[in-house]
Amino acid sequence: MDVSYLLILLLTGAIATYLSGDKFAPKVALAFALASLGLSVYLLNLFTAGQNIDYLSAWITQPKVMFALKGDGLSFSMVLLNAALIPVIIYSSFGNDYKNAKAFYALILFMAFAMAGTFLAADGLLYYIFWELALIPIYFIALIWGNGDAEDRKKAVVKFFIYTFAGSLFMLVAFIYMYQRAQSFLIEDLYAMRLTIKEQTWIFFAFFFAYAIKIPLIPFHTWQAKVYQKAPTVGTMLLSGIMLKMGLYSVIRWQIPLGRFAAKEYMTIFISLGIAGVIYGSIVALRQSDLKKLLAYSSLAHVGLIAAGAYTLTLDGLRGAVLQMIAHGFVVVGLFLAAEIIYRRYNTRNIGEMGGIRKQSPKFTSMFMILVLASVALPSTFNFVGEFTVLYSLSQINMWYAVLGGTTIILGAYYMLRMFQYVMLGETNTKAFSDVTFNEGLSLVLIIAVLFFFGLYPKPILDLITPSIETILTQINRTN
Amino acid sequence: MITLIAITGLGILCLLFEILNLRKAIVPFTVVALLAILGFTASQFGLEAGYYNNMVVVNKFSVSFSCLFIVLAIFLVALSHNFYARHETQISDFIAIKVFLLAGSVAMVTFGNLAMFFLGIEILSISLYILAASNRLSLRSNEAGMKYFLMGSFASGIILFGICLIYGAMGTFDVSEISELSRSAELPVWFPIGIILVTIGMFFKIAAVPFHFWAPDVYEGSPALTTATMSTLAKVVAMATLYKLLFAMNADVSYQFQITIVIVSIASMTVGNIMALRQTNVKRMLAFSGISHAGFMLMTLLSLSTSAGSLLYYTAAYSLAGIAAFAVILYVCRDRDNEDITRFHGLGKTNPLLAAVLTGALLSMAGIPIFSGFFAKLVLFNQTIQAGYLVLVIVGVVNSIISVGYYFKLILAMYAKEPNEQRTGTPIIYYTVAVVAIVLNIALGLFPSFVMDLLA
Repeated sequence: MDVSYLLILLLTGAIATYLSGDKFAPKVALAFALASLGLSVYLLNLFTAGQNIDYLSAWITQPKVMFALKGDGLSFSMVLLNAALIPVIIYSSFGNDYKNAKAFYALILFMAFAMAGTFLAADGLLYYIFWELALIPIYFIALIWGNGDAEDRKKAVVKFFIYTFAGSLFMLVAFIYMYQRAQSFLIEDLYAMRLTIKEQTWIFFAFFFAYAIKIPLIPFHTWQAKVYQKAPTVGTMLLSGIMLKMGLYSVIRWQIPLGRFAAKEYMTIFISLGIAGVIYGSIVALRQSDLKKLLAYSSLAHVGLIAAGAYTLTLDGLRGAVLQMIAHGFVVVGLFLAAEIIYRRYNTRNIGEMGGIRKQSPKFTSMFMILVLASVALPSTFNFVGEFTVLYSLSQINMWYAVLGGTTIILGAYYMLRMFQYVMLGETNTKAFSDVTFNEGLSLVLIIAVLFFFGLYPKPILDLITPSIETILTQINRTN
Repeated sequence: MITLIAITGLGILCLLFEILNLRKAIVPFTVVALLAILGFTASQFGLEAGYYNNMVVVNKFSVSFSCLFIVLAIFLVALSHNFYARHETQISDFIAIKVFLLAGSVAMVTFGNLAMFFLGIEILSISLYILAASNRLSLRSNEAGMKYFLMGSFASGIILFGICLIYGAMGTFDVSEISELSRSAELPVWFPIGIILVTIGMFFKIAAVPFHFWAPDVYEGSPALTTATMSTLAKVVAMATLYKLLFAMNADVSYQFQITIVIVSIASMTVGNIMALRQTNVKRMLAFSGISHAGFMLMTLLSLSTSAGSLLYYTAAYSLAGIAAFAVILYVCRDRDNEDITRFHGLGKTNPLLAAVLTGALLSMAGIPIFSGFFAKLVLFNQTIQAGYLVLVIVGVVNSIISVGYYFKLILAMYAKEPNEQRTGTPIIYYTVAVVAIVLNIALGLFPSFVMDLLA
C-alpha cells in the first residue's frame, strides 16, 4: 500500500460521481470523500509504524521526470487536512441545490485529487502539474455555480485565473532552470544542488511570484476578495480552507529550502510583507459590509501571519505556521459555512440587513460564537496554539515583529466581534430564522470538535510534523 | 516511398470514383485506405533507405512525420463528409485534392533532393489555393484564394531563387551532399544567402511575423474546413520541412542565424498573441493564435541537432488540439456565414460534450497540464534554456500568459453566457473526430515519452 492509492481513489471518485447522475452525485461524492479520509488515516498509521509508503516510477525520459510521491509528516498533515475538510465541505453543501450536480461534485473531488497530489509530489515537475491542475476545477466551480452578476463574476474569476497562472509559469521557468543543473526534478536532487547566491535569489523570487499570488500576500491579493465573494460557498471553502494552504505548504517545502541563501538575506522583507498583510487585512476587514468579503480579508490577515512565521526560518516559526495552517483551514471553512447558513435563510450577505438572529436560533448562535472566538485565537482553541507559536517565533527575530503581528489578535477580536454583534445580536429580526438543520449542525459540530481537541491536545500533530520540519531546517542551514 | 505512391494512387482512385458514380462511398473508403497506409508507414519505422538516386529518402524523421500527417488527413477527410453535404457533386474533387495535398506533405518530409522538396511544396500549395477558393459563390472565399495564391506563389518564387543560389554554391541538389559540403570552412557567400531566401519563403508558409499578413484574411475567408487544413496540416508540414532543410544545411552553427530566429520567434509570439486578443471571429482568432504557435515552434531551430523529437511532439500536440477545436467550430457554425464568438454562447449548456472538447483543446493550446500542449512547451523551454536563450523562454512564458486571455474568452462565452440559438441534429462524425482528437491529445500528455523518444 502506498500513497498513490489515495490519488487513484480520489480520481476514481471524481469519475464515478460524474457517471452516477445528478441525483446520486452528492452521496457518491461524500462516500468517496469519506473513503479517502479513511485511507489517509490508514496510510498515516502505516507511516507512523515506519513502513515505506512512497511511490516512485519513471514517467518521462527526456527531460527526466519521475512519478514520485512521498509522504512525510508535513505532507501528511496537509493531506489529512484536505481529506478531513473535503467530506465536511461536500456534506455541508447538501443544503443547496446545484444545477448539474454531477459535474459540480466531480469537480470538487477532482480538485481534492489535484491538491492531494500537490502535497505528496516529490518531483518538481509532477508537483507543478498537480499545482496547475488544481486551478481548473476551481475556475469552473466559481464561474458556473458562483453567485452575483455574471459579468462581474466573469471578470473576477478570469483575473484570478490569469494571476495565478502567470505566477506559476515563473515557477516553471525556475524548475526548468534548476533541471539544467541537477539533470533531475527529484526533490532530493534539487535539495542537493549547489547554486550561487545570485541563482538562488532568482529562483526564490520566481517561486515567490507563484506563492505570493496563491496565498495571497499583499500586494498580490487583489483577486482574492472578489473571488471569495463571487464563488459559491463550496468554492470559497475550497479556496480558503485548502487551496491557499498549497501556497504556504510550498513555501516551506520548496521555496525556502531551494532558495535558502535568499531566504536568509531577504528575511526582513518577507516577514514585513507578511505582517503588513496582517495589518492591512485587519483594517480593511473593519470596513466591510459583505459578510463573505469580511471573512476574505480576515483570511488575508491570518495567512499573512502564517507566512511571516514560515519566513522566520526557525523551528517554532515553521511549526507554528503548519499548526496555524491546519487550524485556519478548519475555522475558515466553519465561518464560511455559517455565512452560507445565514444566506440560505435571508438571501443576503449584507451585514446591515442581518441582526437579531440570536433569539430565534440559540444553537446556531452558540456555534457561530465559538467559531468567531476560535478565529481570534481564544486560548484552548487550536488557533491559539498556532498563533501563539508563530508570534513567539517572531519575537525571537525581533520583538517589534511580534508586537505588530500581535495586532491581529486585537484587531481581529475587534472586527470579528463587531461583525458578530451586528449579525447575531440586537433586536429580534422580523424575518424568521429557523435554527440549524441536522446537516448544518453536524458539519459545524465536527469542525468545532476538531478545533477544541487539538487546541487542548496538539501533541499528535506536533509529533507528526516536527521530524520533517527538522529535516527541512537542516537543509536550510546547510552552509554550502 | 511506397507511402508516397500509395497516397498518390489513392488520390487518382478518388477521381475515378466520380466517374464510377460511387460518391457515397468515397469518404469511408478514403478513411479506411488512409488507415491502411498509416499502418504500413508506421511499420516502416526504423528503416533507412533512399530511392531514385536519393530523390526520396526514408528515415525515422520522415516516417514519424508522415504518420502524423496521415493521421491529420484522416481527420480532415472524415470531417468532409458533412461539410460538403451541400456540394455533393464535387465531393470527390475535394477529397482527391486533400489526398494530393497529403502526398505533397509526405514528399516535403521525405525529400532527399531540393527538386523533390520544391515539387512537394508546390503540390501542397496549389491544393491549398484551390481549397481556399472552393466556395466559389462566396466573394470572401474567392478573395482568400486569390490572396493566398499571390502571396504563396511569391513565396515559392523566393524559395526557388534560394534553391538556385544553393545550387550555385554547392553544385548539387542532393541534400546529403549539400550537408557534407556545408561543413567545410570555405563557403561561397551566396550559400548563406540561399539559406536565408529559402527560410524566408518557408516563413511565409508557416505565417511567422513579419511574413504573416496573408494568414488572418485567408483563414477568415476560406471555408472553415480549409482553414482547419491550413492551420493544422499545412502549418505543421511547413514547420517540419523547414526544420529538415536547416538541419541538413547545418544552419544553426552561425550566430547571426540564431539571432534571426530568436527575433522572428519573439515577434511571431508577441504579435500573434496581441492581435488575437482583439478578435471576435473565432477563425481569425485561431489564425493569430497559430502565428504565435509558429513562434513557439521556431524555438526548435535553435538546437537543431537535438530537437527533432520535441518538434514532432509540439506539432502533434498543436495540430491535434487544432483538429478538435475545428471539429467543434464546424459543428457550431455549419450553415452560418460567419464564425462570430456569439455563436458559441451557451454551448456548455446546449452541448456539454462538444463544449468540454473545445475547452480541452484551448487549454492544451494555452499550455495547461495534463494536456499535451503543456509538455510540448515544457520540452521546448527546456531545450531553449539549454541552448542559452533564457530571455526567449521568458518572452514565451509571458506570451503563454497573454494567450490565456483570448482562449478563455471563448471558454467564458461557452459557459458564462446564455444560449441564443437551438441546434438540431447530432452529426456523429463531428463528435467522433472531436473526441478522438482530444483523447489522443490527452494520451500524448499522459505518455509524452512515447512520441518524444521516437526521434531522440
